[in-house]
Amino acid sequence: MAVYFGIGLTKDPKILPSVLIDKPVADFTLPPIEGGPGQGFSSADLKGRGVTVLNVFASWCVPCRVEHPVIMRLAEMKVARVYGLNYKDDSKAALKWLADLGDPYDAHGADTKGRVAIDFGVYGIPETFIIDAAGVIRYKYVGPISAERLDTEILPLIRTLSQ
Amino acid sequence: MKKTPLFALAGALLILASAWNFPVLAVNPDEILDDPVLEGRAREISKGLRCLVCQNQSIDDSDAGLAKDLRVLVRERLTAGDNDDQVIEFVVARYGDFVLLKPPFMASTLALWLGPAAIGLSGLLAVFVFFRRRRTAGAGAAKAVPKPAPLSDDEKRRLDALLKGDET
Repeated sequence: MAVYFGIGLTKDPKILPSVLIDKPVADFTLPPIEGGPGQGFSSADLKGRGVTVLNVFASWCVPCRVEHPVIMRLAEMKVARVYGLNYKDDSKAALKWLADLGDPYDAHGADTKGRVAIDFGVYGIPETFIIDAAGVIRYKYVGPISAERLDTEILPLIRTLSQ
Repeated sequence: MKKTPLFALAGALLILASAWNFPVLAVNPDEILDDPVLEGRAREISKGLRCLVCQNQSIDDSDAGLAKDLRVLVRERLTAGDNDDQVIEFVVARYGDFVLLKPPFMASTLALWLGPAAIGLSGLLAVFVFFRRRRTAGAGAAKAVPKPAPLSDDEKRRLDALLKGDET
């Protein structure tokens, strides 16, 4: 009992392990943010074009703002495509957020109802997925990405998957 | 004395108010399906699914945005013709077993299901063993201590004097 308790106290009970690791992404199509650039993206865009980092964000999400500089840095490194899934957001607010803070995303998808996010098992944003060139989910992180996590977990994994 | 009727009235109102309560529902009127059978199934399934935002409420009870999305999703799947198991499997496939408020009984959850009973039983066993040991130890101790020798006359006289309260 004491062992369970001791180990348990070191874990965050709110974080769920993803059951979608090593599963292919579900089929979906997302439109662009209304009034914004691009054509949106679909599940087909995630296959056959190298590693993609999918970042779920919204203008109303405070921790998303906190991790934003790290996402910008990742995008600037150009080691993987960075796609943004705009979760249950108002298009004007989302576009203003991107204009004010900077837009790291190669493509944006507006998931206004949150239904596509459910197919990714999203429950508390920001959430970040790493999807390999075959369209298989290989990594998920719930919460804002710190610079340390970028360097110790995300970049190494992208490098491994890119080989 | 004028306060008594007031207290009585307040008391009566309190009892009435606490008896006349309605269950608090998170389900909005616009979510409710037209078919009562489907809606009944939706409510039952929802009561067994955890709201992952609050994590201690079911999606039927929770006001969180994700809970509402999942409630709508459950109703959509039911309307599309899924049976109850298929609807639950749809949600579990995306969020894992933790989304079930009643954890499934499988190898990885054996400790969770059997743990409390096992700990309770071992506790009872410990109490049982403890009392048995005490009894056997008491009996043995009684045999181990030798009986004291009887008092001499001199000692008896001293004892009487002491007990009467006048020690020499």
